[in-house]
Amino acid sequence: MGYTLTEKILMRNTGKSSLQAGELLTVKADKVMVHDLFAPFVIEKFREMGFQKVWAPDKIVFVYDHLVPTSFSEDSRHHKIADGFATEQGIKAVHRSDGVCHQLMPELKYVIPGQVAFGTDSHTTTYGAVGALATGIGYTEMAAIFGTGELWIKVPPTLKFNINGNLPEGVFAKDLILRIIGDIGADGATYKAMEFGGTTIEGFSIASRMTLSNMAVEAGAKFGVIEPDEKTYEFSGIDGGDYQNLRSDPDAGYEKVYTYDATVLRPLVACPSNVDNIKGAEEMRGTRIDQGFIGSCTNGRLEDLEIAARILKGRKIAPYTKLIVTPASRSIYAEAVRKGIISILVEAGAIVNPPACGLCCGRSGGIVADGERVIAANNRNFLGRMGGPKSEIFLASPATVTASALEGKIVDPRNYFS
Amino acid sequence: MIKGKVWKFGDNIDTDQVIPSQYLLLPTVEEMKQYTFEPLDKRFASKVGSGDIIVGGENFGSGSSREQAPLVLKALGISAVVAKSFARIFFRNAINIGLPVIVCQEIYDSVQSEDVLEIDVKQGSVKNLKTKEQFTATKLPEHVMNILEANGLIGLLNQSKVKEAR
Repeated sequence: MGYTLTEKILMRNTGKSSLQAGELLTVKADKVMVHDLFAPFVIEKFREMGFQKVWAPDKIVFVYDHLVPTSFSEDSRHHKIADGFATEQGIKAVHRSDGVCHQLMPELKYVIPGQVAFGTDSHTTTYGAVGALATGIGYTEMAAIFGTGELWIKVPPTLKFNINGNLPEGVFAKDLILRIIGDIGADGATYKAMEFGGTTIEGFSIASRMTLSNMAVEAGAKFGVIEPDEKTYEFSGIDGGDYQNLRSDPDAGYEKVYTYDATVLRPLVACPSNVDNIKGAEEMRGTRIDQGFIGSCTNGRLEDLEIAARILKGRKIAPYTKLIVTPASRSIYAEAVRKGIISILVEAGAIVNPPACGLCCGRSGGIVADGERVIAANNRNFLGRMGGPKSEIFLASPATVTASALEGKIVDPRNYFS
Repeated sequence: MIKGKVWKFGDNIDTDQVIPSQYLLLPTVEEMKQYTFEPLDKRFASKVGSGDIIVGGENFGSGSSREQAPLVLKALGISAVVAKSFARIFFRNAINIGLPVIVCQEIYDSVQSEDVLEIDVKQGSVKNLKTKEQFTATKLPEHVMNILEANGLIGLLNQSKVKEAR
């Protein structure tokens, strides 16, 4: 029996020549990420554990994104504590206003194919899009890694998703991952690795692949991996020759294989308040909305902003409706300015926020009241996630969000692509 | 042996419901814990008693990696969480702070809020003292049990340092 991509990366990491699902392993962290929300807690636990020096300052990345820009006077306390620790320990990689952690880690090549990475955030699975094994952990475990460089994990079984064919116009990676989560459920991949492959994925940009890996955790997955290819090597700035082994064997032992025909997919929405509560955008047509949101580590990339601009060009969003756009990183923001995308969005009535987590983490940038409805391109529609516990969140692709904001009600965006 | 009164919840109780993100920056868990389960029941923290047990359905603790979710439960005196299944990060976080998390599929339909459960974590058994029914729970692997018995990862690491020093 051959090995899956996940098993091969674990073998590469541990030097083992064989392993099987369910086995407990101690892995070495190639890179770890801590964001501002939890940095003080990691540091406190690190001290409580009696550690003096981090195991490898060059393998630690601090990203300030949940509290940027600060919304309350106590927020900056988190940044000061993290800054102090970084200086003391010689941690050089500190990003204070460059964007969302999960965008930056692959974009700035901190995480490259074949690596094992951990972050104090559930959406750390995003780095699977560049062929890395990455997952979220709590701050106490992160403190232990800071001291030892290691973490125990259980080798997960893999669910393989083969997706073939071209997506129809107006249908995007977000619709595909919502379809998959709707089919397997919010706990359909708990403790497991999801692996995405097939001609659809080969045709996807790294940005679209990141949307899939990002949301793997919404099905409970530990990892959401995609085999690296030429696009990945270019994105990660590496010579692919050294990475040819990073693909699943033809006879790899998958727990289950799912097959999808991309050509029949349609725009979807995840209705309140579970990510697996999936309906067609067409079915939800006419549902009044108060606000749209495009951004986050799920869908705040250049291609997402481009789609919004394509729909909004020369149009105005509905009165009484707000459209909030939050680019996922500074470089995406800058590129969107250069390409004229931002001016199209602003002229159409959108509110453009600086690159950070913003509304997705429910602390700033468009908090809503009870009774308000948001259609959002991020990853979670949980109760109270964006404000009042009686507000409602619908998740959708940036195209569906934009078209819905334009009309003030949920619409199927395909009309804007014909 | 753990014994306590049950608070029963449904499926997919996510960490935003356990402790909403706007409270994560409160300086102490003592201040934070009063907002536990606020989106579901604003008065939960004032009603729950020390030693009480949470019973959840599928996928308890899904969502964010916030360790404050098991932490506020522990700070309120919750002695264990029993669920049909747990989200991965919540499960690890709970073990790492020394909060027992017990996977037991069968008990869910046979337990109501305010019933009293008796749990033997090591043996993997859960008993409903009201109905006298007994159920088998998944036993924790030895390594995981060691963390729990040390009252969390910090306790375990400090123990192993003491051993090394000897």
